[in-house]
Amino acid sequence: MEKLNVYAAKLVPKNENFGQGHRACQGCAEALAVRLAGKALGKSVITVSATGCMEVVSTPFPYTSWNVPWIHVAFENAAAVASGVESGLKALMRKGRMPQRKIFVLALAGDGGTSDIGVQAISGALERGHDFLYICTDNEAYMNTGIQRSSATPWGASTTTSPAGKVIPGQATWKKNMAAIAAAHDIPYVATACPSYPFDLMEKVKKGARVHGPAYIHVLAVCPTGWRSAPDLSIRLGRLAVETGIFPLYEVIDGKYKISIDLPKLRPVEDYFRLQGRFRHLTKDMIEKIQERVTREYEKLKMQERMTGGE
Amino acid sequence: MGKRVGMEVSIAASEAVRLANVDVIAAYPITPQTHIVEHLSEFVNNGELDAEFVPVESEHSAMSVCTGCAAVGARSFTCTSSQGLILMSEIVYCTAAMRLPVVMVLANRSLSNPISIWNDHTDVMSIRDCGWIQYFAENGQDVLDHVLISYRVGEDRDVMLPVIVNMDGFSLSHVVEPVELVDQETVDKFLPPYKPSVVLDPTHPVTMGAIVLPSCYTETKKAQDEAVKASMPIILKGWQEFGDLTGRYYHPIEEYRTEGAEVLLVTMGGISETAMWAVDQMREKGRSVGLLKMRLWRPFPFEEFRKAALKARMLVVVDRAISYGGPGGPVASELRSALYNEPKRPIVANFIAGLASRDVAPFDFIEMVDRAEGACKKGTEPEYEIYGVRE
Repeated sequence: MEKLNVYAAKLVPKNENFGQGHRACQGCAEALAVRLAGKALGKSVITVSATGCMEVVSTPFPYTSWNVPWIHVAFENAAAVASGVESGLKALMRKGRMPQRKIFVLALAGDGGTSDIGVQAISGALERGHDFLYICTDNEAYMNTGIQRSSATPWGASTTTSPAGKVIPGQATWKKNMAAIAAAHDIPYVATACPSYPFDLMEKVKKGARVHGPAYIHVLAVCPTGWRSAPDLSIRLGRLAVETGIFPLYEVIDGKYKISIDLPKLRPVEDYFRLQGRFRHLTKDMIEKIQERVTREYEKLKMQERMTGGE
Repeated sequence: MGKRVGMEVSIAASEAVRLANVDVIAAYPITPQTHIVEHLSEFVNNGELDAEFVPVESEHSAMSVCTGCAAVGARSFTCTSSQGLILMSEIVYCTAAMRLPVVMVLANRSLSNPISIWNDHTDVMSIRDCGWIQYFAENGQDVLDHVLISYRVGEDRDVMLPVIVNMDGFSLSHVVEPVELVDQETVDKFLPPYKPSVVLDPTHPVTMGAIVLPSCYTETKKAQDEAVKASMPIILKGWQEFGDLTGRYYHPIEEYRTEGAEVLLVTMGGISETAMWAVDQMREKGRSVGLLKMRLWRPFPFEEFRKAALKARMLVVVDRAISYGGPGGPVASELRSALYNEPKRPIVANFIAGLASRDVAPFDFIEMVDRAEGACKKGTEPEYEIYGVRE
């Protein structure tokens, strides 16, 4: 957050790429993230959405919340459609059939559309080096279809397909680290963000859009409906995810890791869990197991920062 | 007039893409489509075609890339076969529904399992109802001409539909044929630049691919059906104008020696040329047999087909795909439907032949006609038969 000093809330652009009147649930942090990203990008952007909550809530025909050009084709292919948009613009501008100007290409998808069904398309697009920004708004399950688990669902969370049963107490696997997968493609910019830190998120979106080549931002998006949390706690939950070290904010710029908000001391993970119904069944042992892993992962991240000289 | 040269049909297809000055090519290699993409990447890397070549990681992404670039107003091309087609089929349907005029060449190949790289029409029949205009090419010249015609027709503002040019894998894609190239000047006269009325452009924002609730979904589908039907006069106009420029005229159903024919063979694609040999042989022996070649599969040319078919007593339809446990081959099923309301209609005999490039020689067509005649004597329409099964 190097430019925090100039980010008074008043200075945030007034433009809304993602306008009011959409049908997202109360307290939807995903809608907030998309709105903030729109403010950071400005008007000269083409948005490609995957199937998912944001597509459904924003475009019930004949209405649309989008004040910028927007396209949705299918679930798993936002990165591929964005590749097409970018290639098309590039060819048309080079061939003089369109005036030369900067048009950002934004691909938007949820955790399912990114780290499960969309992982092949995004890997292809990152590897080919298209000049676009991919934002994954991760609410940690298939919320649009009714809270089914995804590979981004955290260990222990209860969803409709990883219920807290008598034998298996919720999600049995650890959350897939999609930001690390994106970073492994050696792309110029990878970051994690959360709309509870709006200026940080906007700054990262700007950076990601401006780098030449692919950029990936993984946004934690609190989902009161799926997380069984109070809608007015969405901002606080996002902060708790960061403060506990469960969802650390960092950037990977040309391979160099840089933690955005360094926390000398992490809050206990329990502070985050107790506000969410999806973790209500966690036992003390389970919480300890998670705490151990979170602490270890956070240390690993700091080590990556030291090793890559991003500090 | 262009000069006539011998070239592999895949190269002819690539030449047409180059002549059409395509902006974006997105393709994933699959046998027997590979020669087309290889030639296209050579064109791009040698500076002979100013286009983006997007070497996608799957056919699904190939069609997604084409859809995205068509939405910003770029002319796009892809080609595939078989498994590649059914992998991309989800997006094939989207492209048509979004009215984006992508052009795709299919080097037709059988579907797995068992895996077969050889030719039949089972791949394209799996997406019969995808809403694309669908041509079937009979030879290399057809392929080259129809790539150009496809852009012209698909991009017409009164059409705005994607177009498939089917060419048989190997038996067309990999053979060297005499092909007359069209010169660039003629192509430019025939094919104006792609200028869709609506594109993704920040100065005029639009929403494409919105969610439509049941209250409007039926209407969108009705509109799509009407759009495909309404493309017919523009398809005919496209052929007429192409013919006026090149001397090569095409028709939805092409007739070969049908004068007074009591029996008509019906074929689609490359085997039509073999069927012509068979018809010649039968005619020489005084048999009253002609041939109908289906060039246009969607929109289905009902009027032209009835006009051609009703003259006959019997149709012998050679399908190259199968509907398991269904009414036989897809072509015969549709032809029967097209004739159902006719008070006096020919008997339709249906053979499924040439699966996975199993050879269909002239004598096979004669055999099919003989068998159909035999069955016909009983007065009932024969059941479909998978022809040439080894026992």
